[in-house]
Amino acid sequence: MSYEFLQILWFILIAVLWIGFHFLEGFDFGVGMLLPFIGKKDEERRAIINSIGSVWDGNEVWLLTAGGATFAAFPHWYATMFSGFYLALFLLLVGLIIRGVAFEYRSKDASPKWRNTFDWMIAIGSLLASVLLGAAFANLARGVPIDENMMFTGNLFTLLNPYGLLGGVTTTAIFLLHGANFLGLKLEGELRERVNTAAKKIWVVTTVLYVVLGIFTYVAGFWARGVVNPGFVPVAAVAVLLATGYFLNNKMEGWAFIMTSLNIVLTQVTFFSMTFPNVMISSTNPAYSLTITNASSSQYTLTVMSIVALIFVPIVLVYQGWTYYMFRERIKNDKKSLVY
Amino acid sequence: MDPITLSRWQFGLTTVYHFLFVPLTLGLSWFVAYFQSRYYQTRDEEYRKMTKFWGKLFLINFAIGVVTGIVQEFQFGMNWSEYSRYVGDIFGAPLAVEALLAFFMESTFLGVWVFGEGKVPEKVHHAAIWLAAIGSNLSALWILLANGWMQHPVGYVINEANGRAELVDFFALVTNPKGWLFFWHTIAAGLTTASFLIIGVSAYHIIRKQNVTFFKRSFQAGAIVGLVASTLVFFGGHTNGQYMFETQPMKFSSIEAHWETSQPADFSIITIGDLSGKREVWSWRMPNVLSFLACNNFDCEVKGVNQLQAEYEAQYGAGDYIPLMVVTYWTFRFMMSVGFLMMLLAFLFLLALRGNYENAKWMKWVPWVIVLPYIANMSGWILTEMGRQPWIVQGLLKVQDAISPNLTTVDLLISLIGYVAVYGTLAGAMVYLMRKYAIAGPDAAMHESVDVAPARVGADD
Repeated sequence: MSYEFLQILWFILIAVLWIGFHFLEGFDFGVGMLLPFIGKKDEERRAIINSIGSVWDGNEVWLLTAGGATFAAFPHWYATMFSGFYLALFLLLVGLIIRGVAFEYRSKDASPKWRNTFDWMIAIGSLLASVLLGAAFANLARGVPIDENMMFTGNLFTLLNPYGLLGGVTTTAIFLLHGANFLGLKLEGELRERVNTAAKKIWVVTTVLYVVLGIFTYVAGFWARGVVNPGFVPVAAVAVLLATGYFLNNKMEGWAFIMTSLNIVLTQVTFFSMTFPNVMISSTNPAYSLTITNASSSQYTLTVMSIVALIFVPIVLVYQGWTYYMFRERIKNDKKSLVY
Repeated sequence: MDPITLSRWQFGLTTVYHFLFVPLTLGLSWFVAYFQSRYYQTRDEEYRKMTKFWGKLFLINFAIGVVTGIVQEFQFGMNWSEYSRYVGDIFGAPLAVEALLAFFMESTFLGVWVFGEGKVPEKVHHAAIWLAAIGSNLSALWILLANGWMQHPVGYVINEANGRAELVDFFALVTNPKGWLFFWHTIAAGLTTASFLIIGVSAYHIIRKQNVTFFKRSFQAGAIVGLVASTLVFFGGHTNGQYMFETQPMKFSSIEAHWETSQPADFSIITIGDLSGKREVWSWRMPNVLSFLACNNFDCEVKGVNQLQAEYEAQYGAGDYIPLMVVTYWTFRFMMSVGFLMMLLAFLFLLALRGNYENAKWMKWVPWVIVLPYIANMSGWILTEMGRQPWIVQGLLKVQDAISPNLTTVDLLISLIGYVAVYGTLAGAMVYLMRKYAIAGPDAAMHESVDVAPARVGADD
């Protein structure tokens, strides 16, 4: 396999890992943010947490694998992005930490105060993670100050520009909608009604934000700065988002969930094709941008990692998919069948 | 404080904190899997309770280990970007493999085990806990291969064109003896940690005559595994020491406060240094023993720290190549003495099993043994990392050249204080729950969660 082919392959693989992460953990984050608002009584909250209980940790591994794969395949991308987005990533980590521990701990003590505290940790942790992820990706699309030595020269406030913030808010809205759609599939009775009502309201806000973000991207010229024009992909992303509203109004929860899933996938495809072959666009000087060529590992490392990935990625996909199949039933809202 | 000091403190604190939880996860997972197997084989309800009870403690501990592990993977890029650029071609690979092979397996199957009882076929539920245990321990292998490479780099060349280290032999990386010795040592230490937790908690209940059959059975399992595992830790450590003598002679000699080259070399039982930690004031020594530790031979030559410093200066240029000896010296002694103590205690517990130990007076002190493996684990980890200083990768890259150049003191103060606050709070919650469930005994653990009275939680209406 040629060096160029391997670099493109790894760009695609990392894109796939991020797509998987956004699609899977996207609804986890949404469920986490909705928890204190949809769940009024304790067992309702437990039902909500149990709907993602068996899978959230496995979903989060997509992020770890994306991070590890970036480190292995494009060390300069990993180094510049992680050190450059330092405080944002620190807050993201805090969000992931408090949320992960809270899932496990919230039901292990009977005190309502204890449980309420951990429920809010789940919600706030999920919110932090969603906003920061969205802001980070928007900034990657916009470009960040990088000098000729691949060094990030901004700070936290560099990332807090209107486009970055809009990216953060829009991503949060999409995750909320995606999470609500997931809960619509997993819950029963009154809770299911409640979450469906919420989904319709969230849908309106999300659609508006999404269209504004799209127009901003186009007008500001963040569009197709690489060699690929995403073309109809973002149009399709808007179409499936509109279709989500239709399916929500017709109580077709399965289709609504498929539509938000597609929206997330298409959004990510748009993002990665918009930037390719850049991995980090420099707003200082386009010549300083990190690309799949100047940021990559050696041909040998990429070859070894390709063999490892080609063997193990399909295996992981099979067993993770299979667990979703095994736990496909709706969560019964009675204490006996709840775990967390 | 300058960024490099703060970054080092942050890495040290977050890593040591993470490693407070990891050994117990590694070791206890095998116990839980074993008890689960015994239940499915015998249908003895007592084994089901053992699975649930120890499984509950396992999960409380696991939660913090997992989330603090995410920080570890991100920190290389966040705080040590120059390190990541220089060795990412090599070091990134085991990290990516760890996530792909081990993290997915561990998290997915643990989810199946926790949520699957009664929902998935019994064979699947049974297999899930074993796969989760294997996944956890597999992740230890890959991260220790990565760390082993930092201690003893193999299978690489320096690419002059782009000025970085590049992988040329993946096979050498995955068969690095340093990594495998660490793995053996760590897995055995994990089993020791779990054994002593089980022994301690069981003793607490045995002296109170609560669930005596349950806890005597647990105590017995803990004592047997504890003796075997702590012995394996010892042999792993000894082999590790000899390999260190070959590959990291400076670390070896600084552990022993061995200043001047000698043949044969004597072993320091106690050495008092001056406040700089760089000069000896007084010591009590055992003749020839250090030579034996280094090469299984009572007369071999062991180079002193001063000679090694001179050699390193000749090879790598001017600089201080001596690790902070007060740390390497004393952490080694804590680790060793506690390690021997655990071997001895496990042996005595095993002997006691033959008698009427549940009424013995000394049993009331036994719960305290839980802390012993933690002292040894911490000491060992600090020793191995501090002993490599000033190198981040032995002989290749110094810590001072590895840091992210864009970070300011303010950035680092925010993150350092933030981590300490979050980690401290979570540790409080974790200790509270561990203690509560350990004391409550197996009956409480049979319920998946303590139920709240029909109270509303957090709702105003």
